[in-house]
Amino acid sequence: MAYSDKVVDHFEHPRNVGTLDKNSANVGTGVVGAPECGDVMKLQIQVDENDRIVDAKFKTFGCGSAIASSSLATEWVKGKTVDEAGQIKNTDIVKELALPPVKIHCSVLAEDAIRAAIRDLRQKQGAPGDKTAVAAK
Amino acid sequence: MSIVYLDNNATTPLDPRVLDAMLPYLRDKFGNAASRSHAFGWEAENAVEQAREQVAALIGASAKEIIFTSGATESDNIAVKGVAHMYHDKGNHIIIQETEHKAVIDPAKYLEQNGFEVTVLGVDKYGMVRMDELAGAIKDNTTLVSIMFANNETGTIQPVAEIGKLCKERGVLFHTDAAQAVGKVPIDVEAMGIDLLSVSGHKMYGPKGIGALYVRRKKPRVRCEPVIHGGGHERGMRSGTLNVPAIVGLGTACALAQAEMPEESKRVTALRDRLWEGLSKNLTEIALNGHPEKRLPTTVNVSFLYVEGESLMMGFNDIAVSSGSACTSASLEPSYVLKALGVGDELAHSSIRFSLGRFTTEADVDYTVKRVSDAVNHLRKMSPLYEMALEGIDITKVQWAHH
Repeated sequence: MAYSDKVVDHFEHPRNVGTLDKNSANVGTGVVGAPECGDVMKLQIQVDENDRIVDAKFKTFGCGSAIASSSLATEWVKGKTVDEAGQIKNTDIVKELALPPVKIHCSVLAEDAIRAAIRDLRQKQGAPGDKTAVAAK
Repeated sequence: MSIVYLDNNATTPLDPRVLDAMLPYLRDKFGNAASRSHAFGWEAENAVEQAREQVAALIGASAKEIIFTSGATESDNIAVKGVAHMYHDKGNHIIIQETEHKAVIDPAKYLEQNGFEVTVLGVDKYGMVRMDELAGAIKDNTTLVSIMFANNETGTIQPVAEIGKLCKERGVLFHTDAAQAVGKVPIDVEAMGIDLLSVSGHKMYGPKGIGALYVRRKKPRVRCEPVIHGGGHERGMRSGTLNVPAIVGLGTACALAQAEMPEESKRVTALRDRLWEGLSKNLTEIALNGHPEKRLPTTVNVSFLYVEGESLMMGFNDIAVSSGSACTSASLEPSYVLKALGVGDELAHSSIRFSLGRFTTEADVDYTVKRVSDAVNHLRKMSPLYEMALEGIDITKVQWAHH
């Protein structure tokens, strides 16, 4: 399969590979996919006091398109508010990376990863008691 | 960009000596081997008969037992469907195994849909048939056992002589798809008790679109119903004007393989082991799929844990290999062959098949070891599974959200 130049670029020079402290109160972590299916994405966002995403990191087990989709997702969420980030659609990723139909599931997974990270963050924020507990660790 | 070719189990390059032998038959010697009335036909017929001798000699058969086909897929079809139909009044049960090529599995499925009974045997963790299971599966109404000589994905070589012996004792015919084995390892249809054997031209430095089927003529005389009906060529088992240039190519490829096998097999085996040892030295957590010793000289199938196969291939795009990952197949299912060995789906997704050949060099192998090691390290750095493993989390125990 021939990859688009953008997929190759993200694959060779992935943006924002890494890990944020998943125990931090202002970090949301999303892990989606399963090894048996050939894709696992971990995407993390870190927010400031204004709910703006100041940092994002990913790690992905998957094909080149899955790596590129998650790399792009971290690029896109940075600088957005959490609500804005929640608006990112998999179809935007498909368009940007010129993914063929057989790779659309990679973009879906990236969208799911963003949502899962936001959900995790909101859960932490919604339970201030937990926040203290985490901070105490 | 020059590309290192390590996908010889998919297809081999044409040996230049094979091409040289073929060219006259694509130019001036264009006769139809079935033309009995003039020199053009005689010339073509002589060339075909010489090739028949060459194919037969390589597998210990006699020339009369070789029929030419369009390739191993057709040979498998004639063997499986042809035998099942011909011996239908004797029995309607055939036995295959799970790791067969689709060219055996799909004809068997077709037979099943048409009233035959098919037993599909499992394999052990190396991809070997379990002889006691095979013995237990043979029944009074069994007519055929079809088990491949060597597997295309893992290179595992079956105990063919044992299977042949068992089949003889139990009075059932034994077909083996030897597309990957012919010319790579010694084959003797007499000593191994093989009744039918499929040959492919393009897996042994011959041209594509040509193959052969060995059909035993004595003890017992094996008969097959044809799949293609027509002018009665090839003892009625395969009608159609003979593809003379390709047949000459296949014959030449067989003669070369026979002459060079002792040296070539040693050399390629050494390269195969050099590749595996190089990778094992550079990388932790890799696993060899297939039998550690009883394996084709050409094949190294490796699972690189925590890294997905297709992305890995992207990491060394100047090396041509193939992967058992679902992402590389049209079906989006990981390799059924690796699954049959009990290799988990996640490891099948992480597998790469390196297949070496006559034209592989030591430099190719060393370059591959380096490039693959770098790519694995690059991808492990961004693998969440590798990170979890380093943290001591057993990824098989995690509750994953399947999608």
